Amino acid sequence: MSKLFSSENKEIFLNPLNANNPIAVQVLGICSALAVTSQLEPAIVMGLSVTAITAFSNVIISLLRKTIPNRIRIIVQLVVVAALVTIVSQVLKAFAYDVSVQLSVYVGLIITNCILMGRLEAFAMQNGPWESFLDGVGNGLGYALILVIVGFVRELLGFGTLLGFQVVPQCLYDWGYQNNGMMTMPAMSLIIVGCVIWVHRSFNKEEQK
Amino acid sequence: MKALRNYLDKIKPNFEEGGKLHAFQSLFDGLETFAFVPRTTSRIGSVNIHDAIDSKRIISFVIIALMPALLFGMYNIGYQNALAAGTLGEATLLGMWWFGFLAVLPKIVVSYAVGLGIEFTVAQWKHEEIQEGFLATGILIPMIVPVTTPLWMLAVAVAASVILAKEIFGGTGMNIFNPALVARAILFFSYPSAMTGDNTVWVAGKSILGAGFDVTSADALSGATPLGMAAQEGFAGYDQTTICNAISGLIPGSVGETSLIAIALGAALLLWTGVASWKTMLSVFVGGAATGWLMQAVGLTSIQWYEHLVLGGFAFGAVFMATDPVTGARTEGGKYIYGLLIGFVAVMVRVMNPGFPEGMMLAILFMNVFAPLIDYCFVQRNISRRAKRAVQK
Repeated sequence: MSKLFSSENKEIFLNPLNANNPIAVQVLGICSALAVTSQLEPAIVMGLSVTAITAFSNVIISLLRKTIPNRIRIIVQLVVVAALVTIVSQVLKAFAYDVSVQLSVYVGLIITNCILMGRLEAFAMQNGPWESFLDGVGNGLGYALILVIVGFVRELLGFGTLLGFQVVPQCLYDWGYQNNGMMTMPAMSLIIVGCVIWVHRSFNKEEQK
Repeated sequence: MKALRNYLDKIKPNFEEGGKLHAFQSLFDGLETFAFVPRTTSRIGSVNIHDAIDSKRIISFVIIALMPALLFGMYNIGYQNALAAGTLGEATLLGMWWFGFLAVLPKIVVSYAVGLGIEFTVAQWKHEEIQEGFLATGILIPMIVPVTTPLWMLAVAVAASVILAKEIFGGTGMNIFNPALVARAILFFSYPSAMTGDNTVWVAGKSILGAGFDVTSADALSGATPLGMAAQEGFAGYDQTTICNAISGLIPGSVGETSLIAIALGAALLLWTGVASWKTMLSVFVGGAATGWLMQAVGLTSIQWYEHLVLGGFAFGAVFMATDPVTGARTEGGKYIYGLLIGFVAVMVRVMNPGFPEGMMLAILFMNVFAPLIDYCFVQRNISRRAKRAVQK
């Protein structure tokens, strides 16, 4: 048990949340971050989906890593990821149909998410299943964290709601406040991701090379 | 003058390192160098050519050049207000100007307070010299928005534009985009109903401090700009006097953009002092006219080529925005290409895109992106030409 939660494993899990965040530091998976973050709910669902898929594909590839011939490893990885994506997509359709309609093709496109392939290639091919699982969950949550921040800002300023509930009080609108239409455009999420990276870097001095 | 100099010298030690007002050093420095040309000279050993004109002086010329358009814009606001209220007969010239002045002044104050506040804070925080580019931007922004723009929207747009378009690129002189136009673009995309919407934004309908008139009928307020009208319904609501009014400037529109005569006065000053490049200015007009003529010749629009040049913000953009020396092309040949393409894109947007009756803002921002590329091509061409010449010898 102590081995399962050793300090190295803790490091594997926590590192991608902050110091090695897939979006803020590695700048991977930006396309979906732009596409699904206009509201908070799809952003959360997308973050959780990617977390689940990264974690389990990491585990499966890690278990298979000694039997996969080196020359066809990408194909094998893709097959595993595609199977998991299909499962997640069907689960979403069954239990959260509205969100899956909002996410549309972007659930299917998780298969091309750079974070996934990057973790499989860089981590799961060399490490055991438990470490790979932690790494997958950590990276998925690091990705989800940024998505939630961006989704929060965009929904709050663009629609005045959070998770569909009215947050900005009606009296502000009566005084002449208006929702910011630019926040609902994909271009704005790029600017917000930029601001997140800016803040992140100013707190992590070692990244300012 | 002498007294001011002496006074500044007297209070200066307070702002030096260790003085009690050190936190306001940027503010003091900014005001001092605005009032007097800095007395510091370059260090011995380096070769520098100094001109008596520095960027603060250049920006003062731009602000003076904007004055005719601004003052006329104020008068036009009062005129449109009286026209909409149906009280043109009882309105006096000065009364109409006073109303416009009261309508525009808060915007100028907000724009300067927010923008300069951010600039001074950043300068103090980074221990840099205060940069003066915002002096021109701050007066340009109120001139390119509708008169009814709420002040808080203006403040949001100014803050976003100064931070996102200027400070993160390194401040004055480093920006890729014209900050005034970025502020307008942010307003335009964030709050479209306050910027164009149902066209009730162009006329001020409430009296301010007793000046001006309350417009009671909602219909009277829907003063669409001639350009917006032309885009929507062809030339149904269009009569020939509009062109005369567009040249004199008595049409609804953004505060400073309406009068061609006032803009021409500003253009003359900019060209005479050499602040703006005549190459850029001329080629914007040529590009717009040629594209407008072509569009009409192939039957895509019924707007005449010369009408493109006098309506909307075309002239204002060509004179004050496209010639911005920071964001425009800097090579002499590049200025022609840059200007021609601005005119071309502006008219293309107007004609081809029914969603945007006005294309000048988008055209200039778009070409801002390409200005460095144009410059690069011209510099490379010069390099290769000279290299060939060297080989021939």
